[in-house]
Amino acid sequence: MNGLAHLPILPVLLPLITGIVLLGLRGRSLAVQRGVSLVAALALIPLAIALLQAAADGTHLVYALGNWAAPYGIVLVVDRLAAWMLLTTALLAVFALLYAIRGSDTQGRHFHVLFQLQLFGLNGAFLTGDLFNLFVFFEILLLASYGLLLHGGGRLRVKAGLHFVVINLVGSTLFLFAVGTLYGVTGTLNMADLAVKLAATPPDNLALVQSAGLLLFAVFALKAALLPLYLWLPAAYAHTSVPVAALFAIMTKVGAYCILRVYTLMFGDDAGPVAHLLDPWLAPLALATLTLGMLGAVASTTLQQQAAYLVVASIGSLLLAFGLGSTDAIAAGLYYLPHSVFAAAALFLLADAISRARGEFADRFESGPEMPGARVLGGLFFVAAVAIVGLPPLSGFLGKFMLLKAALDSPLMPWVWSIVLLTGLMGMIALARSGSLLFYRTHTSHDPATLTAPTAAALAPVAGLLLLIAGLVVWAGPLSGYAQATAAQLLQPQQYIEAVLGTTP
Amino acid sequence: MEILIALVIGVLTAGGVFLALRGQTFPVVLGLTLMSYAVNLFLFVMGRLAIGVPPVISAAAEGYTDPLPQALVLTAIVISFGMTAFVIVLALKARAELGNDHVDGHHHHEARHR
Repeated sequence: MNGLAHLPILPVLLPLITGIVLLGLRGRSLAVQRGVSLVAALALIPLAIALLQAAADGTHLVYALGNWAAPYGIVLVVDRLAAWMLLTTALLAVFALLYAIRGSDTQGRHFHVLFQLQLFGLNGAFLTGDLFNLFVFFEILLLASYGLLLHGGGRLRVKAGLHFVVINLVGSTLFLFAVGTLYGVTGTLNMADLAVKLAATPPDNLALVQSAGLLLFAVFALKAALLPLYLWLPAAYAHTSVPVAALFAIMTKVGAYCILRVYTLMFGDDAGPVAHLLDPWLAPLALATLTLGMLGAVASTTLQQQAAYLVVASIGSLLLAFGLGSTDAIAAGLYYLPHSVFAAAALFLLADAISRARGEFADRFESGPEMPGARVLGGLFFVAAVAIVGLPPLSGFLGKFMLLKAALDSPLMPWVWSIVLLTGLMGMIALARSGSLLFYRTHTSHDPATLTAPTAAALAPVAGLLLLIAGLVVWAGPLSGYAQATAAQLLQPQQYIEAVLGTTP
Repeated sequence: MEILIALVIGVLTAGGVFLALRGQTFPVVLGLTLMSYAVNLFLFVMGRLAIGVPPVISAAAEGYTDPLPQALVLTAIVISFGMTAFVIVLALKARAELGNDHVDGHHHHEARHR
């Protein structure tokens, strides 16, 4: 047993243990709790990088929990995709936490405990190789997210939270129905084993398997906020506290991740009678989601609401890439994923900084007082807007360019090109309008002394997230190469199955 | 037996969906509970119906029933129990914050006119 053998379990154990420790520390000073939480979040980054390096050459690290071999035990599997998602989550979590420890973690109780448990659920969902275990990690991350969403309380937050909780409980029920059906037909829940069994589905069971597969898709689409199941997202994200909204930028991507994982592994090219189950659905729905998300962004009345609709639009672009299904398209989506997460989180954090600087006007789109520190805020807003809309030179442009290039040989090419370009224009108009309203159309009737300029500590996480986006551009070559390799690995599920089930070719 | 179980699950699900679509929080919570009962039964019978046989190995057993769905159901029951407790507390909090028990926070007469 070398040191690497237990590496895959650490990103799951570390947040769990930290969460429990934090629960014991709740009587201590806030500084201690913040320190422990931040150190644990920071420690996830080297862990994720180590896993990324281990998985980069195409190996699958398989960790059998309790040493029960698959398909009887539960396995954690690290491949390129899982490591990529872990690293994105870890980086986002650090910046969201850096923003939260400036004060919004004191609005309610147990913020740091819930934050760590949320990370526990997220990391577990990315790593698990078992469908029922995925359900369990979903419930963990959802329960933590319910607590975080309601953190601080308030009328609108409770109302949006109630909708979020109820719709996700219905989603969990559907998930169990789908898992139960698959188990009843195949007698296994291990994803690799399911892939083998589903490929040999007898014609009698075909309808059952297809309905279970599409039911799973409905559940993941609900988590990913794909049209028509996106309605919970704008209200929930617009009314929660800002560091939570920033962390939730990765939550919809869990749904996207599951769609990619399940439908390349279990319903991919090799799946025989159930191959390409999603092809008629995913890309058209994603295009519609992209359009509607951008329309929502244009019609928004506050910056935080606009950021929430831009999250919907970004999930549209992302699932469009996955829906096209070619290696190049999936690679474009994987490159776009961390970009969209960081950009959305930066915009959420910026919305809070702007709303504090504007006093009673908050982040509503109406002519307000001139903000103190408007130059720095405006500069950051400009960079974030350029990133989100996908203008050169930032990574949003590269991601969209890769997506458009990958769509060239798809039958949906005219739709993809026209909608992606048109929504890009709409996003530009929406953010240009917000920027000019917030920064230019100011009046001086207010006493500037009542407004407080944002501190450097408040803006540092925003700047950090934008630097990450810049990093995505600077290292675009190796990163898109990694994304390409990940997509190629996903489209050859045979390796994954062999690694998990231990059968040699 | 199969038909009876299928009917029970179907009726529970239908009732759960109907109640979950109501406008007040209490029926919604009841609907979610009924749906979780239905799905727990569903998971349980996915190991096939077997009468009078043990799930764990014993020398005297003539046959076995699938133990895995029973373990799955235990997990699912615990989770749905916790979630129901949470949603009840949240519904009470919403009742206190919004001043009524409508899921959208409307007043009763307003909701009826819609």
